[in-house]
Amino acid sequence: MLLLTILSFSLSFLFPGNPIINISGQVNATTEQLTLIAEQYQQNDNIFSQYLAYLSHIFSGDLGLSMASQLPVSSEIVNLLPASVELSLVALLLAMITGIPIGFIAAIRHRKVSDNIILTVAMLGYSIPVFWLGLLAILIFSIQLGWLPSAGQISLLYEINHVTGFQFIDILLSDSQYKWQAFQNASTHIIMPACVIALAPATLFIRLARSAMLEVLETSYIRAARAKGLTLQKIIYRHAIRNALVKVIRDVGLQFANLVTIAMVTEVIFSWPGIGRWLIESIFHRDYTAIQGGLLALSSFIFLIHILTDFIYAALNPLARERKHGT
Amino acid sequence: MPVMRINVLMWQGSLKQSTFILTALLTFVGCDTNGDTGLLTQKSIIYCSEGSPESFNPQTVTSGVTIDATSNQLYNRLISFQSEDNDIAPSIAKSWHVTRDGKKLTFYLRKDVSFHSTKYFTPTRKLNADDVLFSFNRILDPNHEFHSVSGGKYPFFQSVKFSTLVEHLEKINDYTIRFTLKHSDSSILANLAADFSVILSAEYAEQLSKLGMHQQIDILPIGTGPFKLKEYRAGSFIRYIAHQDYWQKNKTIEQLVFDITPSNTGRLTKLLAGECDITAYPIAHQKIVERPDLTLDAVTSFNIGYLGFNTTKPPFNNKLVRQAVALAINKKSIIDTIYFGKADIADTIIPKASWAYNESEQKQLYSVSKAKELLALAGYPEGLTINIWAMQEPRAYNPDALTMAKLIQADLAEININVEIISSFEWSAFLKRLALGEHQSVLLGWSADHPDPDNFFTPLLSCASAEAGSNRTFWCNQNFDDLLQSALQTTNINLRKQYYEKALAIIADDVPVVPIAHSKRFQARSKKVTGKILNSFGGINFVGVSKN
Repeated sequence: MLLLTILSFSLSFLFPGNPIINISGQVNATTEQLTLIAEQYQQNDNIFSQYLAYLSHIFSGDLGLSMASQLPVSSEIVNLLPASVELSLVALLLAMITGIPIGFIAAIRHRKVSDNIILTVAMLGYSIPVFWLGLLAILIFSIQLGWLPSAGQISLLYEINHVTGFQFIDILLSDSQYKWQAFQNASTHIIMPACVIALAPATLFIRLARSAMLEVLETSYIRAARAKGLTLQKIIYRHAIRNALVKVIRDVGLQFANLVTIAMVTEVIFSWPGIGRWLIESIFHRDYTAIQGGLLALSSFIFLIHILTDFIYAALNPLARERKHGT
Repeated sequence: MPVMRINVLMWQGSLKQSTFILTALLTFVGCDTNGDTGLLTQKSIIYCSEGSPESFNPQTVTSGVTIDATSNQLYNRLISFQSEDNDIAPSIAKSWHVTRDGKKLTFYLRKDVSFHSTKYFTPTRKLNADDVLFSFNRILDPNHEFHSVSGGKYPFFQSVKFSTLVEHLEKINDYTIRFTLKHSDSSILANLAADFSVILSAEYAEQLSKLGMHQQIDILPIGTGPFKLKEYRAGSFIRYIAHQDYWQKNKTIEQLVFDITPSNTGRLTKLLAGECDITAYPIAHQKIVERPDLTLDAVTSFNIGYLGFNTTKPPFNNKLVRQAVALAINKKSIIDTIYFGKADIADTIIPKASWAYNESEQKQLYSVSKAKELLALAGYPEGLTINIWAMQEPRAYNPDALTMAKLIQADLAEININVEIISSFEWSAFLKRLALGEHQSVLLGWSADHPDPDNFFTPLLSCASAEAGSNRTFWCNQNFDDLLQSALQTTNINLRKQYYEKALAIIADDVPVVPIAHSKRFQARSKKVTGKILNSFGGINFVGVSKN
C-alpha cells in the first residue's frame, strides 16, 4: 500500500505539466486558487511533508477533480467501481464453476485421452487474446445470430435508479413494473462479457484444479481409503474434492488481479460502464488525476481481495492455521 | 476430521441452496414475460442517433442533430408541412388568413392544445395566444427577458431576416393572433412552418422567471408535442415518454429513447444486434438490405451539392469558360463514386421534389467536344490552369469533396484544363477565405430549411447574399434578382412557378454554378417499426410510428 501511494504520488511529478494541477485536477483554477491548493498540498515544503499531505488528502477521500469532466474522482470511482466488481465477480464465479470441475475430471482421468483433450483446449483458451475473442463473440452472437446484445449493462429502455451501483441489486430494489423484464435484460447483457473474461481464468483453474487433485490423489490417506476398498466415486466425493478445493481457493485471489486486467479491456469492447473503460478513456484524454485515482482505487481493491481470500483459505484449511501458530 | 466434515456439509448445503435460488430466479423470469404489463420493448422505440443535441430549443440552433432530437418530438408549430406534397397544413393554428396585400397574417388557434406536465412543471391552462406571443417576441425583441438567454442567437430567424420582416405581433383575443409585416413575403408561411418556429410555454417562462432560472427554458423543455422529456444524459441517451394529453390523439409508442452513438460501426452493430430499432445515417447499406428483418429507408433531401465559380475573377468571369467546364464534368461518374449511386443527378439547383422544379428545363449535357469548342471560343485554345477549393469535412450534400475534386480534375484534363486542388483549410478558415473571394472555383452545397424554393434561390445566388451571405460565386444578376422579388411578392403559386422557371433559365444560361447532386438521407430500421420517420427536409418525426 505504501509503495502504491508513493508511486501514485510520484506520478504527478512524472506526468508533464504542473504537479499541482496534475494532483488536484483543477484545470481552470485561477492563480490564487492554485496557490491555495499548493498550500493545502504543502508544495513549498520538502518532498516528505508533501507526500504526507497527499496521504492525508487520500485518507479523507479527496482524490482531486477529474481533468476531463471536472467531477470529483472519488465520486466517479464510487459510481463506476460497482459495475466492474459485478462483472468481475460474475466472471470469476463462471470461471470457478466451469474450470474447477473440468480440472478435477482431467486429474481423475490422468494421462487418458480426455485429460489430453482438456489440457489442449485449456492451453488454447489461455492463449486467445481477449480483445479478439470479444470482437469475435460480438460478431457471432450479436451480429450473426442476434442472440445477445453487444453493448452496455442493460437496455436503455429500463429506468433503474442508481442506488448501490450493482445493477442486479438495483433492479431488485427498484419499484418498476418491468422489474423482471429488466432483470432478464441485464442478464443477457452480462453473459457475453462475463464469458469472455472468464475464459482465461477458467483455463488456469483447470490446470490448478488438475494439479491439486493429482497431488491429493497421491497422498497416503487416499491410498489408505483405496486399500480399505472404498469405490473411486466415494473417495473422490468424500475425500479428494474438498482437500483439492482448499488448495485451489488459495490461488483464486491471485487470479483475481489477472481477471480485473482482462475485464478492463473487455469493458472497452462491450461498452461496459465500469472503471476499466473509464480509466482507459482517461488515458486517452490525458486525465492524470483520474489515472492516479483510478490506479489507486483499483489496486487497493485487488489488495483487499487478496487479504479476503487469504482469510477464507485460512478458515477453510485448518492446516494453514496450524502452520501459522507453529512457526 | 470433524471440522472437515462440517465443511463438506456446508459446501454441499450452499451448493444446493444456490441451485435452488438459480432455479427460482429462472422460473420467475420465465413467468413474468407473459405478465399483464406486456413487454416494455414492444411499447418503446430505441433510435440510435449520431450525436448529442446542443439545446432542447430548436429556435436557437440550426444543427440537424438537435432538430432531429427535439423539433417534431417535443413541440408543435402554428402551421406545418404536409408530408405528402409539402403543402402547408394546420397545426396549432386551425386556420389562418392572409390579407390581399400580404402584409397581415391572422392565425386562429386551437383551444384544446395542452402543454407537457413533468416533474419540473405542471401547466394550469391550455395553450393560448400568450404562448405564441412569447415564443416569437423572444426572438424579435432584443430587450425581451428571455432574448439573451442561451446566447441570444436565433440563426434561422436571422438568416431569413425575420426581425426586419415582421413589424409586430398582436393578440386579438385569447385564440387569435396577428402578424403585421413590413412588406409582403410569400415565404413567411414556409418560415413559420419550418422546424425552428416552435411554440413554447409562456406560463413555464413566467415560473422560471420568478425562480430566476431563465437558462432552464432551453435545457428542460416544455412543449406541446407528442413526447415529453424524461431524462437526458449528454453523450449517452435521451429518454422521452408519451405526452398523454397530446391534442392529436393518435396512439403512438409509450417511450422513445435516443441512444447517442457517434461511431458509425457502433450504430451498425447495435442495429444488427437488435439493440436499436432505428439507426441514423447507417453504413454498409448492402449488409442491411441483405438482412430479412431490416430495411433501408432513403429520401432525397432538399439539398444541393455544386461546383461554384468565382464570377468576379478570371478566368471564370468569362461565361464561355464556365459553360465549357459545366459541359466537361461527368456527373454520372461522380454520383457513382462519391455517393455510391445513392443520389440524384442535379440538373438545376432545385431538387425534383420541389414544386418549382420544371421537367422541361434544359439539362446540362456532358460533351467534351462541345466544351473544347467553347474553350477555344473563349480564347483558351491551349487550355489553362484553375484551382478548385474542396472542404475536408464530409457534409450531407457532399460526403467527400476532395475525391470529387480529383474526379473533376481528371474530367477537365480532357479539355486541357489543369486543375490545382486546394483543401488545406479546416471548415471555418475555409469559409472565411471563400468569403474573401480567394478561390477561382469551389465545391460547396446547401441544405434547405424548408421546402419553399426561395430557400434555394436567395441564399445561393441573390445579389444580397453575394454581398453578405452564402453566395460564394459573387454572381449578381439584376434580372434574376427582380424575378426572385416578384416571386416573393405574390402568393399565387402558378405565377411563382413562372417566375422561378425564368430564374432557372437564367442560371442555366449564365452558369454561375454547376449543380452536381441532390444527396439522399438514409436510415435503417427493423421491419417491426412502421410509420414514416424521414422527411425530405427538416428533422425526423416519430408521430404515428408504431411497433408490432
